[in-house]
Amino acid sequence: MKLVDARGLSCPEPVMLTRKAVSAGELPCRVMVDNPTARENVTRYAQHQGCQVSVAEADGIYTLTLSK
Amino acid sequence: MDFKQEKAGIILAGLVIGVIAAVLVVLGNPLNMGFCIACFLRDTAGALGLHGAANVQYIRPEIIGLVLGSFLLASFRGEFGSKGGSAPVTRFVLGFFVMIGCLMFLGCPFRMILRLAGGDLNAVLGLVGFVCGILLGVFFLTRGYSLGRTYKLPALEGRVLPVVQVVLLVLLLAAPAFIHFTEAGGGPGAQHAAVLASLAAGLVVGALAQRTRLCMVGGIRDVVLFREWKLLAGFVAIFASALVCNLILTGVTPTAYFKLGLAGQAVAHTDGLWNALGMLLVGFGCVLLGGCPLRQLVLAGEGNTDSAITVIGLVAGAAFAHNFGLASSGEGPTANGRIAVLLGIAVVAVIACCNTFGKKRGE
Repeated sequence: MKLVDARGLSCPEPVMLTRKAVSAGELPCRVMVDNPTARENVTRYAQHQGCQVSVAEADGIYTLTLSK
Repeated sequence: MDFKQEKAGIILAGLVIGVIAAVLVVLGNPLNMGFCIACFLRDTAGALGLHGAANVQYIRPEIIGLVLGSFLLASFRGEFGSKGGSAPVTRFVLGFFVMIGCLMFLGCPFRMILRLAGGDLNAVLGLVGFVCGILLGVFFLTRGYSLGRTYKLPALEGRVLPVVQVVLLVLLLAAPAFIHFTEAGGGPGAQHAAVLASLAAGLVVGALAQRTRLCMVGGIRDVVLFREWKLLAGFVAIFASALVCNLILTGVTPTAYFKLGLAGQAVAHTDGLWNALGMLLVGFGCVLLGGCPLRQLVLAGEGNTDSAITVIGLVAGAAFAHNFGLASSGEGPTANGRIAVLLGIAVVAVIACCNTFGKKRGE
């Protein structure tokens, strides 16, 4: 599964990297982010693209799994 | 929180912020300056003696409140996290030149909205420049621009800027001789609401901005990049509510809080080209920074030390602007200021190119 490591990247880079993966049809994919803002932004973007999003959190790292 | 709730939340927050901004003017802040992150950081720099412009020296409690409001809410919600290390010196330079752009226009993006809501049509040209600057930044973002990753830091690092705000509050209240305050009638620095009102306003707006991620640059950037209207809705709500408040206040008080036109606007000049170029520099620089000056204060409150460095860059830019005659006045821009803005656009463009095409970063 494609892994997008967007930890530590500032707004809007996590969404841009996610967009790149979604546009390339690399679904399902996992996106790793390390702050709530990026989690919300990636979730919102993915859901607008018709993806289903599940989120797991461990040690301040959010792993979002995107699928269609 | 679902999308509709998110959007309703940021619109509500924007409406509240617009009212607070209008009320601060009634309580004593300069016209169309309920909030201005650039002006208020500049005033604070002056109060600390970092520049000698006697008309703009006051430790603005709104700034203290914004950082502490964000810090307190982020801590309460478990969102405070000390981090940094994403090109701090580059961010300092960007912050510096964003301030040069703001002081050419005479306001940050937040004040640009408040100036529009006060009928100041010079801000329309500022908005045009701001959008162009954002588009320039987006051009580089879509080609891979990145300042690299932040990393976790000891909690103490992220608490430094909030603690500095407490120290500033003590200095404001104690008013020792080495802190400079504009004398009554001596300029915008002397026009301010009472300390407690300004501080409370800052705390509320800081908390609302932390909760909603409100960002003046992000609003336009996200619409262009993702057709995402959430942040822009907050922007529009601030404008709408400040406009309605100004119209009501103009109707029920002897003061003209809304005056449509170009000439004779409060703390503004009518040089359209330089209003636009100043805000172009602001928009461009802020996209590369990842957020407007308000957002940088809020992120600094959340423990982001890169944003804290950016804020220090903004303060340094303000000090330089007034020490070297770069800042505009009601009379218009200065020759030095024009050169500084052009230099700033060039420097920001070089930073954008180096971090887009120079080396692969971010992935």
